[in-house]
Amino acid sequence: MYHYDELDRILVKERVAEFRDQVARRLSGELTEDEFKPLRLMNGVYLQLHAYMLRTAIPYGTLSSAQLRMLAHVARRYDRGYGHFTTRQNIQYHWIKLEELPDAMADLASVGMHGMQTSGNCVRNITTDQWAGVAPDEIEDPRIWAELVRQHVTLHPEFSFLPRKFKIAVGASSHDRAALAIHDLALRLHRNGAGETGFEVMVGGGLGRTPFLAKTIKPFLHKRDVLSYVEAVLRTYNSFGRRDNIYKARIKILVHELGAEAFAKEVDAEWQSTKDGALALDPAVLAEIAARFTYPDYLELGDSPPALAQVRRADRGFDAWMGNSVANHKVPGYAIVTISLKPEGGTPGDATAEQMDAIADLADRYSFGEIRVGHEQNLVLPHVAQRDLPELFRALDAIGLAIPNVGLITDIIACPGLDYCSLANARSIPIAQEITRRFNKLELARNLGRLHINISGCINACGHHHVGHIGILGVEKNGEEFYQITLGGKADENAQLGALVGPAVPYAQVADVIEDIAAAYVELRARPEELFIETVKRTGVEPFRERVYATR
Amino acid sequence: MTSPLQQKIKITGPIVVTANRVGDGAVIYRSAAGDWTTELDEAVVTSDAAQARHLVAAAAADGLRAVDPYIAPVKLTRDGEVLPGNLRERIRLGGPTIDLPVSFGI
Amino acid sequence: MPLVKAGQIVEDQYVRVEDDAPLPDGVPVLLTAARFLADARDLVERDAPVGVIWPNDRRATELAPWIDRLALIALVFPKFKDGRAYSQARLLRERYAFRGELRATGEVLRDQFQFLLRSGFDAFEVKKPADAAVFVEAAARFSVFYQPSADGRLPALRRRLQSGVPVPRVERSEARERTIG
Repeated sequence: MYHYDELDRILVKERVAEFRDQVARRLSGELTEDEFKPLRLMNGVYLQLHAYMLRTAIPYGTLSSAQLRMLAHVARRYDRGYGHFTTRQNIQYHWIKLEELPDAMADLASVGMHGMQTSGNCVRNITTDQWAGVAPDEIEDPRIWAELVRQHVTLHPEFSFLPRKFKIAVGASSHDRAALAIHDLALRLHRNGAGETGFEVMVGGGLGRTPFLAKTIKPFLHKRDVLSYVEAVLRTYNSFGRRDNIYKARIKILVHELGAEAFAKEVDAEWQSTKDGALALDPAVLAEIAARFTYPDYLELGDSPPALAQVRRADRGFDAWMGNSVANHKVPGYAIVTISLKPEGGTPGDATAEQMDAIADLADRYSFGEIRVGHEQNLVLPHVAQRDLPELFRALDAIGLAIPNVGLITDIIACPGLDYCSLANARSIPIAQEITRRFNKLELARNLGRLHINISGCINACGHHHVGHIGILGVEKNGEEFYQITLGGKADENAQLGALVGPAVPYAQVADVIEDIAAAYVELRARPEELFIETVKRTGVEPFRERVYATR
Repeated sequence: MTSPLQQKIKITGPIVVTANRVGDGAVIYRSAAGDWTTELDEAVVTSDAAQARHLVAAAAADGLRAVDPYIAPVKLTRDGEVLPGNLRERIRLGGPTIDLPVSFGI
Repeated sequence: MPLVKAGQIVEDQYVRVEDDAPLPDGVPVLLTAARFLADARDLVERDAPVGVIWPNDRRATELAPWIDRLALIALVFPKFKDGRAYSQARLLRERYAFRGELRATGEVLRDQFQFLLRSGFDAFEVKKPADAAVFVEAAARFSVFYQPSADGRLPALRRRLQSGVPVPRVERSEARERTIG
């Protein structure tokens, strides 16, 4: 956990005061909507179909139990009793009143939370791996760098009016759980040939109308140079990104139009002037930031306590959950627990205020008061002692939060879609619900294995459908909802965009199509252990296309 | 999104002018006497392009109360009931088509 | 549009001269980039101050040879959402050490004042008289800044190091006790 100090708190308080003033000027008419809109967006305030929507930042997906309780409080007091965890590790509230927003923000500010820069043409929430700091395969905790960059880009005077939004992700393991390739800027910690740790810098990833995967522009950047280099990238984008056409304004278009090499040269030319200036990170500054990240006082425990195996044998539910929702921890005797927010009949990523409070209590008891939010829209308890797992399971199971479907076909990632969002063409949640209904038998889902379905209600791709193993994109045809299906997308270190299966299918047929695709996979797979994504890679899309469109 | 003031106003059936209320974002419809209502059956319905243009211009000038007004289709039943004219307007009027989340066992 | 300098609304000393109009003698003049560049060498020799309006889609580095001879550079925000001039400003102030008046023109609203000041602007053609009137207050909205920037203020990282006192750490038990009021 990063510990914010007085300076951080003052900044957030001053931001609330500023927004309170801006809201007052909007309500009095002193500000028109045109003038107010960019200002409210920079505090994460959207206007959606039914009400205003508040997007609250959860920096690199890390929450304290106190913060999670405050999120529950906001849901209860200012919204309709629930919140939605997003694909960028933030939370959204869908029923907010503008008049009450300054008060909601003041409440959030009391625990250091805010909506700053969760929208608008500025640098957005910096995301990382939800297992950061505890994953066995990471070199070091990427969150320290995410926090360093976060502070630097917060209310940055030069970069608050970029051509378009700018999303940054930081990773530190060879297995990429942070979807680096689809970000405007990605920093990947790794060791070079000389054994030094530094960053691979990638730019120009992004989905939407014209999806691109990020390109490497600097294979190795020393830690000392990270802020000056990030500024050079932002300055190049701010100066030369297109401003004439909102669909061509992301940095991915600039990188594509210039070419990655030319873009890298432009950045480097800028960087040469600043790399040894005020932004060069000296060890004292780095040590200060690192010192504010505290880690739990882990006990010295052994791995796999014998009692655990006994409980697994005796309790099939616990056994299933352990095999699915519990992952290895870098500290012996501990485990990483994922809490699925994808129940049948529910909305992917939603949690009620009561559930949030319950999880906060469980975090205090079993996870040193810390929770994580993943971009797959599930929550994580990152520091659970293995010997506590049976008790934790029972507590979660009693409140319906021990569904062992993490990573399976029913662990669907979906944007809010036309049920909530004014940008949407089609609904996504009912599609997710119908698919979950069809595949909800545990045996059926387990037989299919790891299979990521991503659903977006429009081309803005907030559901990241381009990089789903199965991607579903809602479109509108003659006033009806239709869906394009893609296969073979990946969001990890071998990132790939999915390929279209065929013409869009109507709303009522989508779940049938998914069943056909699943059936085709079972027939086509070389062995039961061959994952869906591996089968698609091996066979290509054609056999699936034949199966789906044979009778359509 | 094209501004309603620039939209080529081509009316092919009955329409209303709708927007979101500034204070709380609620869905509202332009009613008679230049006011706003949350009830669709109190909205001014017209099939005339000139009247529609006039309504939306007046709505756009009412920035103190309404945000992003635009022209939305409606359907008229035989009994004269006014219904939303497409899925998006059905959802705006009736709310999400799914159940809102509930807690279990807590 | 009122011109604000040093927190006050002031008279603009500069005369904007059309491209094809003759230059008035002895008066500070503000010229377009085209006019200035066509004649730069002579212009910077004149007795009275010379200013240039620099468009936001040209590299500010082109002004490098004239930095010490220009009294005013006016940068442009065609819409306040178009933030290119912030980068131009920092370049001129910080890299080229421009010491003259750096003026923000175009659509300048009070919510940008602090960003503008911190990017090195010291003069503002403010769109709304009401905003001009509250400049001082609006420019003091934030007292904590994370980044070093052109106005020389100490960023948070450095303030913490300088204070020398260890940053108060929130203990785990405290975190658990914090409840909603």
